[in-house]
Amino acid sequence: MSPPEIFALRNHLGTELTGRTLSDAHDVVSLTDILSQTVLGGRLRELSGRAVLLKLSDQLRSGVAMIELDGIARRMLLCPPDLNPAHLDALIADAGIDAVVTDEPDRWAATGVSLVVIAQLPLQPADPAETERATEWLMLTSGTSGVPKVVGHTLEALTGAIVAEGPAKGPAPVWATFYDIRRYGGLQIFLRAILSGGSMVLSDPHEALPDHVARLIARGVSHISGTPSHWRKLLMSGSAAQFKPGYVRLSGEIADQAVLDGLKAAFPNSSIGHAYASTEAGVGFAVNDGLEGFPANYLGNRNGVEMKVVDGSLRIRSTRTAHAYIGRDAAALTDSEGFVDSGDIVELRGDRYYFVGRRGGIINIGGLKVHPEEIEAAINRHPDVLMSRAKSRRSPITGGIVVADVILADGTDQARAKEIRDQILDQCRAQLASHKVPAVIRFVEALDVTPAGKLARTDA
Amino acid sequence: MSVRSKVIEAIQQIAKEQQVTLPALSDDLSLQETGFDSLAFAILVARLEDETGVDPFTISEDAAFPATVGDFVRAYENVPA
Repeated sequence: MSPPEIFALRNHLGTELTGRTLSDAHDVVSLTDILSQTVLGGRLRELSGRAVLLKLSDQLRSGVAMIELDGIARRMLLCPPDLNPAHLDALIADAGIDAVVTDEPDRWAATGVSLVVIAQLPLQPADPAETERATEWLMLTSGTSGVPKVVGHTLEALTGAIVAEGPAKGPAPVWATFYDIRRYGGLQIFLRAILSGGSMVLSDPHEALPDHVARLIARGVSHISGTPSHWRKLLMSGSAAQFKPGYVRLSGEIADQAVLDGLKAAFPNSSIGHAYASTEAGVGFAVNDGLEGFPANYLGNRNGVEMKVVDGSLRIRSTRTAHAYIGRDAAALTDSEGFVDSGDIVELRGDRYYFVGRRGGIINIGGLKVHPEEIEAAINRHPDVLMSRAKSRRSPITGGIVVADVILADGTDQARAKEIRDQILDQCRAQLASHKVPAVIRFVEALDVTPAGKLARTDA
Repeated sequence: MSVRSKVIEAIQQIAKEQQVTLPALSDDLSLQETGFDSLAFAILVARLEDETGVDPFTISEDAAFPATVGDFVRAYENVPA
């Protein structure tokens, strides 16, 4: 008998809602029958109370394994696909891992992990399991060099924002995301699909964008989420024409006005919202008025999320934040009052706060601090610009100058390049302090995006 | 286009962008008198590096920053190809 106060993922699934599926580019599994099936070869019992590393090569099996393990394992650590294998030993030690769920058992034969369980498709019949405990969900931070930090969440914290919004109106949603569900942004969408009684269409890193979009259309995706970089890539590809989602969501990077307007033009009948969330701070809020930034009255206590700005950086306290960094030498995750410092720098203009960049992403221009994101937002307002990246370049005169790489919209006449460059510079001069105006603008075909869907800034 | 005309053209373009009114650009004109601030010079050096492939002020550690427009142009002309 499960304690009544603990809700695990399995408690949000059942046979009363038919036709629910979880699918990727190769397979479809039925979420309706998932409780009487197993991806773990029927070995779930062995993982009861264990600290389990989930290390699978695909999202589909990972998702089914999460459903099975939640409420049974003591903790589970989700490994994103781009995890550097050299960091595994440190992560296993930090998280006290004593079991692994994998599809590559040979790799684990000679390691110290005593229990290796193979995840495999097709699913096999199994007796439904009962929820035993509140499993601790461990996720890795993204965007850091070196060993990523392990962040501890509970299902209750992870789903706080979803539960607060209440049940979706209308037919059960079909969710999709460009993210990987083993990262915070993607996991949020996976959990939304499970809790809303809907279905989910997973991404595939090896699939071409037009094929991915065709699959989203074929599966009837109604709700979809990605980073602004993901969305710019889709807008650039020209393959969004037949796609008509009801809800388009952005998170993970600053959603500037240009990308919001671009999406509104591409999806005129969709609701478009940008959400603020991070692996550590959890889901803070969503903004649905079509404008960049957020209303200043979001500060204070709002729907159980408290926010304040300290030294320009947004701090958040709520039941949705992670509860700790995990590991022997782990730093404190919150300040003495329980606020998580997001490191995201905001600026008040009028009655709205605008995100200007990451505290760690500041570039130094002649002794002045500059956020590249602020410059990119100014460049992106030019109608012929799809995407841009600002960075510093060493200068023998001032120590550093701003340079920008810019992708022009498809079909832009190359003969207009000089004219566009001058217009971008005029626009930047009108909106930015002089040291923030790019000294050099280079037109490029592509900009690197990290596996987490964010503009790569490694050489900035 | 000669190195000299590339340099002069870049100076004029940046003056236009920065809304600096240039005096007549003679070789004897001191760089201070051009009305360029250090940011404008930093932009000039970066753009000329992109155009000519060289940054004469970084290549040589002991290169003094030029005093006149003529010195500045020669710094680019004298870089071995």
